Amino acid sequence: MKEAITPQAAAELIPDGAVLAIGGFMGVGTPHRIVDALVEAGRKNFTVIGNDAGRPDFGIGRLVHAHAVSKLIVSHIGLNPEAQKQMIDGEMVIDLAPQGTLAEQLRAAGYGLGGVLTKTALGTIEAEGKRVIEIDGEEWLYEPPLRADFALIHSDQADYVGNLTYQLTATNFNPIMAMAADTVICEPREIVPVGVIPPDAVRTPGVLVNYLIKRA
Amino acid sequence: MDALEIIQRRVARELKPGSLVNLGIGLPTGVSRYVPAELSVFFQSENGIIGMGARPPEGMEDEDLTDAGGGYVSALPGAATIDSAVSFGLIRGGHVEATVLGGLEVDENGQLANWVVPGKMVPGMGGAMDLVTGARRVIVAMQHTARGRPKIVPKCTLPLTSLRRVTLIVTELAVIEPTDDGLVLRERAPGIVVDTIVENTTAKIHVPEYVPEMVLSVRTLEEASAAAA
Repeated sequence: MKEAITPQAAAELIPDGAVLAIGGFMGVGTPHRIVDALVEAGRKNFTVIGNDAGRPDFGIGRLVHAHAVSKLIVSHIGLNPEAQKQMIDGEMVIDLAPQGTLAEQLRAAGYGLGGVLTKTALGTIEAEGKRVIEIDGEEWLYEPPLRADFALIHSDQADYVGNLTYQLTATNFNPIMAMAADTVICEPREIVPVGVIPPDAVRTPGVLVNYLIKRA
Repeated sequence: MDALEIIQRRVARELKPGSLVNLGIGLPTGVSRYVPAELSVFFQSENGIIGMGARPPEGMEDEDLTDAGGGYVSALPGAATIDSAVSFGLIRGGHVEATVLGGLEVDENGQLANWVVPGKMVPGMGGAMDLVTGARRVIVAMQHTARGRPKIVPKCTLPLTSLRRVTLIVTELAVIEPTDDGLVLRERAPGIVVDTIVENTTAKIHVPEYVPEMVLSVRTLEEASAAAA
């Protein structure tokens, strides 16, 4: 049985300066109640790994808006002018990564792999300063694994042991991040008794999940 | 017919029945309007759906079902949803038959710049670098010029999206194919003469003796199957 905690209690677990992997794509599939609790708790200096900077004051954008992020590792910030402003002002460092590379860097960390060899971004400015590895005469760009202290994820259902299901495009980075962090906190849409989720429907096994967020 | 419709209609004719296709946000999204359902093209959105359909009626939207721009979409019969690693595995692994993207510049090498204007517009590359590198065919759908400035240039001045040579460039004036021997003019838009295309292109462009006019009608399944064969 997993412990179900409030978003406020989750925020208490997360210290300033932590590395957070936060699920979601433009705020779809983002654990909004945990994000809100972090903002309310006035946490600072996070390194946030996510698909994008969300929109101003929405999704990961809420943390950016609250000046709680010192480094953002994402593939896209185009819909959040506040993130661009903080980048230009030097208040926040933004590491842009191709979306597929970002997914694989997280996956590599979670799956115990030494990194990723990809053709994506090879020869572009995005590859500057990065290692190019030649194998059998072919060049590949090396990208290291990307691991977080905390994965903050959203699911559709969770059962009492923490088995998770996802719905439609709210899946995105959530199951990948669940593998790639020391502590996994999931905000499910609903918590159901064990047995409601058939084994074949489980997308993230409960053994990976440390805490569930209580229903609102 | 305006410039966007010409581009969208012409690109739509490139799509093969039953294939997996990724349309970029913006101009490319509108290509789907000219692809009839009977072609059973599966549109992928890289946030995690294959078989994306049109925006649902007002009030019927599902907050867990959006495209890569965050706009509400629907799922067609046969749709599948996937996580981001699978989604980009499909893209990088060459399982996506065609990707249609906008462009800021394309050059004589057929290389595309479409993700950043240093110092001005830094939205991030999103999935563009993976798509241009990994899709089996890369179709650039863009206006021929931007505020009068040609976008098909000798050498990209903006940072490249990928070293990969794109498959086809479709504009409201022309269809241009990058080849080993450089850019080749394949088609011209209805009513457009070759000189107009050359004048609006700073890249060297090879002009064959006969340059047919674009066909812009919507392809039936029969036509599309014949063209793909």
